[in-house]
Amino acid sequence: MSEMKQIKNLKQFSTSKERFQGGHRLCPGCSHSIIVREFVNATDDELCVSTATGCLEVCSTIYPYTSWDVSWIHIGFENAAAAISGVEAMHKSLKNNKKSFSDKPMKFIAFAGDGGTYDIGFQSLSGAAERGHDFIYVCLDNEGYMNTGGQRSSSTPIGGATTTSPAGKVSYGEKKLKKDMMQIMAAHGCEYVAQSAPSNWKDMVKKAQKSFAASGPVYINAVSPCPTEWKFDPSMSMEISKVMVESRVVPLYEIENGSKVTVNYKPKNHVPVEEYLGMQGRFKHLFKPSNKHVIEEWQKNVDAKWEYLLRREEAGI
Amino acid sequence: MEQNRIVWDGNMAASQAMRQAKIDVVAAYPITPSTPIVQNYSQFVADGDVDGEFVMVESEHSAMSACVGAASAGGRVATATSSQGYALMIEVLYQASGMRLPIVLNAVNRALAAPLNIHGDHSDMYLGRDAGWINMVANNPQEVYDLNLCAFKIAEDYSVRLPVAVNQDGFLVSHTTEALNYLPDDEAYKFIGDYKPHNPMLDPEKPVTYGAQTEGEWHYEHKMRHEHAMYNSFGVIEKVLAEYKELSGREYKFVETYQVDDAEEIIICMGSVAGTTQLAVDKLRAEGKKVGLVSVRLWRPFPKEELAKYLGKTKTITVLDRSAPLGSTGALYNEVAAVMVDNGYNAVLLNYVYGLGGRDMTIDHLTEIFNSAKECSDAGKRVKPLIQTINLRGKELSFY
Repeated sequence: MSEMKQIKNLKQFSTSKERFQGGHRLCPGCSHSIIVREFVNATDDELCVSTATGCLEVCSTIYPYTSWDVSWIHIGFENAAAAISGVEAMHKSLKNNKKSFSDKPMKFIAFAGDGGTYDIGFQSLSGAAERGHDFIYVCLDNEGYMNTGGQRSSSTPIGGATTTSPAGKVSYGEKKLKKDMMQIMAAHGCEYVAQSAPSNWKDMVKKAQKSFAASGPVYINAVSPCPTEWKFDPSMSMEISKVMVESRVVPLYEIENGSKVTVNYKPKNHVPVEEYLGMQGRFKHLFKPSNKHVIEEWQKNVDAKWEYLLRREEAGI
Repeated sequence: MEQNRIVWDGNMAASQAMRQAKIDVVAAYPITPSTPIVQNYSQFVADGDVDGEFVMVESEHSAMSACVGAASAGGRVATATSSQGYALMIEVLYQASGMRLPIVLNAVNRALAAPLNIHGDHSDMYLGRDAGWINMVANNPQEVYDLNLCAFKIAEDYSVRLPVAVNQDGFLVSHTTEALNYLPDDEAYKFIGDYKPHNPMLDPEKPVTYGAQTEGEWHYEHKMRHEHAMYNSFGVIEKVLAEYKELSGREYKFVETYQVDDAEEIIICMGSVAGTTQLAVDKLRAEGKKVGLVSVRLWRPFPKEELAKYLGKTKTITVLDRSAPLGSTGALYNEVAAVMVDNGYNAVLLNYVYGLGGRDMTIDHLTEIFNSAKECSDAGKRVKPLIQTINLRGKELSFY
């Protein structure tokens, strides 16, 4: 990893070059645009961006408009990583053969939702990571297929009601635990793997800058609260994001070179998972007496994962 | 020009043309029978014979996706595939052409499963028929080499900017070694020319957006621009083939003809069967029979006007389709039938579905087809079924 650039303070950050412009059509309160801006504005390097089909894509490039002030490509739902690997390979090829368009440093980012990452784009991401392209993959994780009306993905957490895992008379919603993409990507030997939340902007920007300083594949899991399908008031997105972090539902941590775990933030006051679940319509049914066991299971899982991460950190492996 | 004589199979001919084109990025995945192209290119990389990047991806879907990314980034791009790999690519083939990216694909044609079959037929080429690519068909290794060089020049022409597939029959061409002539490296490259980037992603001074969404307001206009480029490409293809003839002495046309001037029975086909049909024509001509051959070189855009020139006087036309139409007449038959209607021609039309999964098609089979057509010719009307098969097991099988 080359030397890390200094983290910008809020003032510097707020006046940095705007790569993702307003006027896009994302929902009010959508966390996607906040994460994207935290990420792409954290560097002065030139950028090429690919985006998988999904909310960010359909809302930012409706012809003849574009929100992107950097070169951008969208091909399909399942191939954001393959697409950016092609762009990066061309960059390398032209550079090696002294045919580059510019001498300026160039970085490569793929943005995709959890559907385009955990599910349909998983193979493409795995292939690109294994090949060791110099790219940063940012998963905008809103725990379901929100662009198509809120269907379940393998990132949907247990108990979540979606349009394809609805809660009903005999069902408490999604039955499976969320897939652990962080560990999977770390197992690929990625130079840098990190999880962040948009409410903790310093953490996000720092992780973005660490990503830009890396030379190998980087995976960022950025949780992205979705007012439309998680069913909360759009003004509450960052509050929800904060509670996710404070309740340890989303631990802010990183894994370097495939193994070294660091928990970047340890909440001082223990916020129970119940509080987080209670803020969203998608978990409303869990508060019926018959579904109480799901909340207990949630808490158990969150605690176990947190303990696991702390043990990994302490052991330095 | 002084040319080198060598023995190559179709795959090596494609690989060598790719080497001479000095491609900036090749992203590929192996699949029979196009695997040797990927292997040959790997060896070029290992020996330092090529300077570009070679990306060995994890699937054909990612191969074409990386090709689209690389071509958008601003350089020369090519790949190769067959059959199931072609089918896996199909979504991205539409993306490549819709974004007007001049990628060259060596499509080594093979049957589509099920049942699984690794041998040559045109199922994959037909699958890609409407994907918006220029499609050329090479009938032997010499043609594979020549058409590859032309493909880069056609694809990258500013007024075309469309991807080009060079099709060759799996095994029958791809694995059949033949003597052929090839150009010296510098002459081949000079013919293709340096890649001229158009709206490259990698130019930070001018950021570009590729793959935007259009919906009802603009989608139709974009598709019609694509259509327009397809029709415009006729002129460019003609020009490039003429320049290539000037350079190499080898002539290529949209449709190739053999003994058609006074022919009363004509076979229309694509691919390596054209060579066998030519021998059948020779045999039957020696017996005094007026038979001829039309081999379609340019599958897309389809050269309706050129084809019409040869079909006005004949009594029967038998169209050979190397893919099961599964519920209609064959795709090539349909094109020919449209040309007949558009021009008010009245020959008897017949359709043979042949050679599926690499089934042999010999001079004897083609003689049988010509003789069958002659019966219609004599009767002045179709006295045979519209769709027929040849060299197919029949009555001895329980399911007939």
